[in-house]
Amino acid sequence: MNVDKIRADFPILQRKVKGKPLVYFDNAATSQKPKQVIDAMHDYYLNYNANVHRGVHQLSEEASQAYEQAHEKVGKLINAELEETVFTRGTTDSINMVAAGLANTVEAGDEIVVTGMEHHSNLVPWQQVAKMKNAVLKVIPLTDDGRIEERAIADTVTGKTKIVAATHMSNSLGTINNVQLMSKIAHENDALTVIDGAQSVPHFPVDVKKLDVDFLAFSAHKMLGPTGIGGLYGKKKLLEELHPASFGGGMIREVTEQDASWADLPWKFEAGTPPIAAGIGFGAAADYLLNIGMQHIHDHERKLTIKALDVLNKDTIDVYGPAADHRGGVVTFNVKGVHAHDVSSLLDDEGIAVRGGHHCNMPLMKKLGIQGSVRASFYLYNTEEELDVLNNALGKVAKVFS
Amino acid sequence: MIPADQDELKNAGMYRDFILDHYKNPRNSGTIENALHKHDSNPLCGDELDVYLKIEDGTIVDIKFQGHGCAISQASMSMLTDHIKGKTVEDVINMEKKEMLDMLGIELSVSRVKCALLGFLTIKKGLVEQHGNT
Ligand SMILES: Cc1ncc(COP(=O)(O)O)c(C=O)c1O
Repeated sequence: MNVDKIRADFPILQRKVKGKPLVYFDNAATSQKPKQVIDAMHDYYLNYNANVHRGVHQLSEEASQAYEQAHEKVGKLINAELEETVFTRGTTDSINMVAAGLANTVEAGDEIVVTGMEHHSNLVPWQQVAKMKNAVLKVIPLTDDGRIEERAIADTVTGKTKIVAATHMSNSLGTINNVQLMSKIAHENDALTVIDGAQSVPHFPVDVKKLDVDFLAFSAHKMLGPTGIGGLYGKKKLLEELHPASFGGGMIREVTEQDASWADLPWKFEAGTPPIAAGIGFGAAADYLLNIGMQHIHDHERKLTIKALDVLNKDTIDVYGPAADHRGGVVTFNVKGVHAHDVSSLLDDEGIAVRGGHHCNMPLMKKLGIQGSVRASFYLYNTEEELDVLNNALGKVAKVFS
Repeated sequence: MIPADQDELKNAGMYRDFILDHYKNPRNSGTIENALHKHDSNPLCGDELDVYLKIEDGTIVDIKFQGHGCAISQASMSMLTDHIKGKTVEDVINMEKKEMLDMLGIELSVSRVKCALLGFLTIKKGLVEQHGNT
């Protein structure tokens, strides 16, 4: 993997911030976009802008084909078929769609299981279903270093469990969870898994068939694509049974005055005119990632993570989450005695973009006994030299607050 | 887009010595029994703040605060509590945001302005609830 060549595809990386070269370490929030993605979206607007699945004219056919191909490209990335690859507005939307659809299958006294490291978007929808159906929301506990052990899963999931909603990789601890094992345990108990892949699909190989997950949600904007679009994978049989949550044009087969039947998968879940340019950009992003190879990206991030943990291994810094073996390219920390926002501001003065705050995971922050933390998250275009910049900048933080 | 050099100027010295001094040695930190108490938080950063105001005859005779927060929010509270001690409730209710920001005397980015104003707005809200909008 040639990082210099990759960096040349991302015009924004040439930017200066506060007079310093941009060091973009906020990839878990959203990634930057390569020219290939921006160009694909441009090309649609400039050359074949038309609605999809409607007209038989040339432009509409070109647009429809590009939009459908985008689904295939995204599906290919996670080893799913076209019918199993629904475009949504993003991870949050995907999870809400599944939660609304599965709510009907949950009865009073049933259990919904989540983990102690869920993003609010894979926690709050299940809280709502549990409340609505008088179900019990159970939380798989974490080890002190922020991992989930097999026993904790086996002890929490029972014959009463209907849904196991878990993140594949934590956006606040970086922990990578064994969702294959979770699915196995869930299936032994006749429960379904809903996996939050917002941080996994962009960063390492995810094969839905091998993992045997039932649903997988992810966002284009965290994987080199545009905002406003994302993916929902579901096993074909489950998507066929799942009730759509949004109705209207585009998702119907036949409509009479009193009734309607649904279009084929995946269109059944895509009511209304979709964000076509964004969808095409999403496909281009999947193509870009496939070209580089997800394993190469993971290996590169792993190198960066190991170095980052080394840079942060200081008496003045607390690092959260597990050892490098159990995590992806996310490192969360605090400089002792300094608020996360002050660290972020001082790093920003050096051109370094990190996230400071609670990372949409207030219960976890509470468990760690902190208000918030600083998060550096990496991607394919980050370099080891940028970690040296971080190291120097952390020295400056220490000096200001000494 | 803000050009880089202007950007740089703007942020030069957000963490000046007097800000850090107020942060490390906050004035008026603590609680007051039987006083007007107002709690607030900033959802962006999870910062929490408790303010206690002792009011006699429409005048703030004592004020204390407690909380977790960034240097900007804590220094703002430290300076603000000193500033309004002895002022009338009416004066504080009528105080403008600008007065608070001028008192800090540093350039802040949009997101950090929220940190600077958290305590100020909490106090104003508490006083308005208690005494009505004058
Ligand atoms: C683990 C995880 N889940 C869900 C989300 C929500 O994604 P989106 O805001 O794109 O719906 C995020 C991103 O913030 C995330 O990191």
